Amino acid sequence: MNYAEIENHARNMRKLMLDMGKHAGGHAAHLGGAMSIADVMAVLYFGVTNIREKGMESPERDRVILSKGHASLGLYSALMEAGIMDEALKDTFEDDDSSLLGHPVQNREIGIEFTNGSLGMGLSLGIGVAIGCKKKGLPNHVYVILGDGECNEGSVWEAFMSAPNFKLGNLTAIIDCNKFQLSGANDEVMSLGNLSGKLKAFGWETVQVDGHDVEALCAALAKKEDKHVPLAVVMDTVKGKGMSFAENDNGWHHAVVTQKFYEQGLKDLGFGE
Amino acid sequence: MMEYTKKNAKRWSIIGQRPTFGTALFELAKENKNIMAVVADVVNSAGLANMNKELPEQVINVGIAEQNMMGIAAGLSSEGYTVFTATFAPFQAMRCLEQIRVNQGYMGHKVVMVGLAGGVAYGELGFTHCTIEDVALLRAIPNVAVVTPADSMEVVKIVEAAAEYPGSVYIRLMDKTGIPMVYEEDYEFAIGKAVPVIPEGDIAIIANGPQVYHAMKAAKRYKEEHGRDIAVYDFHTVKPLDEELLSRLVGQVKAIITVEEHSVIGGLGSAVAEFYADKPQHPPVYRMGFWDEYPHGASHETLLNKYGLDEAGIFNEIVNIAESVH
Repeated sequence: MNYAEIENHARNMRKLMLDMGKHAGGHAAHLGGAMSIADVMAVLYFGVTNIREKGMESPERDRVILSKGHASLGLYSALMEAGIMDEALKDTFEDDDSSLLGHPVQNREIGIEFTNGSLGMGLSLGIGVAIGCKKKGLPNHVYVILGDGECNEGSVWEAFMSAPNFKLGNLTAIIDCNKFQLSGANDEVMSLGNLSGKLKAFGWETVQVDGHDVEALCAALAKKEDKHVPLAVVMDTVKGKGMSFAENDNGWHHAVVTQKFYEQGLKDLGFGE
Repeated sequence: MMEYTKKNAKRWSIIGQRPTFGTALFELAKENKNIMAVVADVVNSAGLANMNKELPEQVINVGIAEQNMMGIAAGLSSEGYTVFTATFAPFQAMRCLEQIRVNQGYMGHKVVMVGLAGGVAYGELGFTHCTIEDVALLRAIPNVAVVTPADSMEVVKIVEAAAEYPGSVYIRLMDKTGIPMVYEEDYEFAIGKAVPVIPEGDIAIIANGPQVYHAMKAAKRYKEEHGRDIAVYDFHTVKPLDEELLSRLVGQVKAIITVEEHSVIGGLGSAVAEFYADKPQHPPVYRMGFWDEYPHGASHETLLNKYGLDEAGIFNEIVNIAESVH
């Protein structure tokens, strides 16, 4: 595995996100929670899944479901970087009639498995897909990316309870713990407490990992020791990761990427120097 | 395949809509391995015990978790399965309404949703277990058809039609055992196409669910006592509405009475009234149902009687209206 290459893809993705954020202008973009998943998305598309190799039309492709739909930029940029989605679409982000709205709208031709945005729904979809794939004897794997704030939703816990019950060894839940939600810090709004411990108690195999360490992510996501137990990867991340102006600043949950911030962001990423 | 014989009609009527549903789905599932039942702790209550025993790989019980049920159903649907979900009607329609909206409505993943004990069948259990809002809510969601069977034979018709239907369907079972029969032999059925139960009459009753039988009885009694024909249509499908028939009724009938075991807000009566609203000429539409209130819990019979939704109530309404419509 060439970790440096994956890191470079993540860097390109962050630039694509800035481009799209800037294009959206006054519409604003959910930059913070997208930047926090950039590295894991790069790992998924370039280090773990078979999607680039199999293509979106193959029933054997692994499935990536972005349950925290507001982080759409993280998904779009990964699909563009992976060549599954035409990069030219970045100039339509949040435009009228665009395929790339603020929240993803199902469009398998360009890599978007499901519509998301209403929180707490993606894991149940993933469980349905995982059961279906297993029944068909497909060798693939289903990955669902959730937010930590999203875990406030009761439906997430219905799903957390059921995946081990259905013995879904072909399912991985990735929880992006960037420690913020819309109205503030998780711990001040609704503490998740010991999330890994809770998931373990629910019967998941659980790994805690630095969500910005590509090598550690690759190792965590490769871990499929028990074929009948789903895996939860609890990622410690930084909201706004990579942007000097946005890191751990919840004002960047949904904000306007002005020319000034755009230039600063490119500089932070080491572009155009 | 299920045979539409008199004998079966009688048997289905005795066992009621839920076991009839379970039997019909089991029969379909035997022939089609792509059929899946995803249920929220109602394997027995939905009449699926036999299917669960004989075809366990085609039944998923998610426990008491309706939101998860709908998500899993959509995921399976997206993998090419024909999925039926089931739980009690209030929880099937409302507990997971957001999932229905996004998964079946917005994304368009087909799921056949079966609500058990719709209307006020279990009024004595209180209104947590009744549903007089479900048609209104689900009718507002694009890509979802809304269907209410008049009797057990129609349940079988609907289950078979829903499996083949191109979009999602909400089936509002109105159960209890020993329900009266509207249909005793095979008849033509299609989702979106009303059935003329009594085709002749210058006043038309448009009903669905148990009210089709009650309307039929009331119309027959009125004919006997007053010698005037009253037409009765089984509008099992509220969406897509049989607009062709409604158009035909203009000029043909002098008044329309809608009857449903549902709120008058947003249900069958509303759908009919909405259809006529922008037509320059149409018969007046008298709506019968529950009037924007939660009645105090009572038995099915008591509630239907109190709110005029049984034979006696419909008969009285015909008498009132017939006087002014000559």
